[in-house]
Amino acid sequence: MEIIKNFPCLSILLCMFAAIISSALKGRGARWLNSFVIAAVSVLSFAVLYLTITTKESYVYVMGHFPAPFGNEIRFGSLEAGMALFFCVIMMLSLNGGRKKLLLEINPAKENLYYIMVDLLLSSLLALVYTNDLFTAYVFVEINTISACGLIMITERGHTIEAATRYMIMSLLGSGLFLIGICLLYDLTGHLLMSNIKAGIDAIVANGTYHTPLLVTIALIVVGLAIKSALFPFHAWLPNAYGYSTVSSAAILSSLVSKGYIFLLIKIIYRVIGFDTFRDSKIINVLFVFGLAGMIMGSLSAIRENDIRRMISFSSVAQIGYIYMGFGLGTAVGMVASVFHMLSHAATKSLLFVSGSGLTDVSGGHKEFLELTGSAYRNICAGLAFTVGSLSMVGIPVFSGFVSKLLFSQAAILNEHKVLPTLIALAISTILNTIYFMKTVIRIYTPAHGKYASASWKENPAYAVTLLLFIILNVVLGMCSQPITDWIAQGLSVFA
Amino acid sequence: MGGHLLANYAEAVAILLFGIGFTNLLLQKNMIKKIIGLNIMDTAVYLFLAEKGYIAGHIAPIVVNGDVSPETYINPVPSGLVLTGIVVSVSVTALMLSLTIRLYRRYHTLDLDEISIRVKREER
Repeated sequence: MEIIKNFPCLSILLCMFAAIISSALKGRGARWLNSFVIAAVSVLSFAVLYLTITTKESYVYVMGHFPAPFGNEIRFGSLEAGMALFFCVIMMLSLNGGRKKLLLEINPAKENLYYIMVDLLLSSLLALVYTNDLFTAYVFVEINTISACGLIMITERGHTIEAATRYMIMSLLGSGLFLIGICLLYDLTGHLLMSNIKAGIDAIVANGTYHTPLLVTIALIVVGLAIKSALFPFHAWLPNAYGYSTVSSAAILSSLVSKGYIFLLIKIIYRVIGFDTFRDSKIINVLFVFGLAGMIMGSLSAIRENDIRRMISFSSVAQIGYIYMGFGLGTAVGMVASVFHMLSHAATKSLLFVSGSGLTDVSGGHKEFLELTGSAYRNICAGLAFTVGSLSMVGIPVFSGFVSKLLFSQAAILNEHKVLPTLIALAISTILNTIYFMKTVIRIYTPAHGKYASASWKENPAYAVTLLLFIILNVVLGMCSQPITDWIAQGLSVFA
Repeated sequence: MGGHLLANYAEAVAILLFGIGFTNLLLQKNMIKKIIGLNIMDTAVYLFLAEKGYIAGHIAPIVVNGDVSPETYINPVPSGLVLTGIVVSVSVTALMLSLTIRLYRRYHTLDLDEISIRVKREER
């Protein structure tokens, strides 16, 4: 059991070393190394999850030989371990689903570069999940940004380079705000480790001093991370970055990169600022309003879109709005709902991107709806998977989206001031979701004759298996929601 | 209020510079000016950290003659943070510059709005 405590640190280092070794490998070698590393990290994370769930405790792992106030630390409980495992699974599935497409879209000599970026991205995600040190978190936020930028621009088309540039600019604005926020926190409390900052902040709040600086600091950190995770109205970079990059990148970006930042924000809310201090600040009302606005505006933009990839991207804006709306409710149940929606959205959105690419492939590469008519008959697996994803996003029972909407409504009822706007926005957003997803599903199931050849699943069995696994994951999240919400609630309770 | 501002003039300057850099990165159309804004923003944070770590009358944190009393030296942690921050900002600056070079080679302009227009035109 003692050895399992080394696993979080080991999995971060494993990914980093894989990235370094990949730079000397050919594309094929890098691909295998990457698959091996993701599988290994999944196993390691599963062991950590097993340990933390059986003992119901959290552990601190000291990096280097300096004790608490000065040294660097890793801290993990069941939520962190489960998130790491979940990130690995989604990353593996997204990569498998887009692997064939990737080989067609990038220069074969640069394939190993893609896997370097993926390895680095995974290591930074794991570090964001596990770290207990704010400045380390900042450094890994930047590594995450750089590797995500690499994933967007790997196809080297005009669109993707422009999208990567815009993504970098917005991300750098966000990390600038995050950095100055951390520096102000360091200035206020004199610490960089999350637990020590928390003690400092509790003392400040108890004394009633430094009220305004603390508020400004919380605002800077929250806004910085909100920009990076594309909360409305900071989402301008998102549709191009997700819509034009290769399908694996789009799936990874929408389901992992933005979730990594949101998870870091949850950690900061619980372990740095303190949930009560955060709830009593006015910031949560701002998050609540922007979350509601995002839920509706994202869906409205998605309805207007005539490009299936960009439509799915705009739907991400709406879903990120849901997550921030859950933060804005300011109840523990709301946070559980947000974390559940992170899982649900990650599983569904990557499914939609991967199945959407199957549909466009059998429509001559066109992404416009007119050309997609009848594509579900030409690629049956992709059509089925897209339908499952759409039903989940709309919130049909059995699928994961239903559970998150249910949890959000239950959380809203506990907050008497915010219950009405939340429920109204949920209803409007659900109707809008239904409009654009069902429109697409009807479109792909409208028979059309002869224009394009159909594709059997036998031509690309890995793709079909990936879609099947995605569907299973989605149904499992939808059907076994009780143990999952229990796990999230238990994980959040050992956070504080 | 004014007295506090005078006593902490370096922090005030740092935050002003941060604002200048931030607005430049956000609002400039020219890529190079955006990158300059990014560097001003990051450097402002380092100025803030360096000022916070400095204690008047203390010397640089390098142990001389076996004197390890904290009364002698300034706080070394912010200096370490500045160094880490510089490494990060150098790498993102390099990445931004390489993106700019690619965009310039392809579209022969540094104006980001103009680049967007040309990207759309190219697609048709």
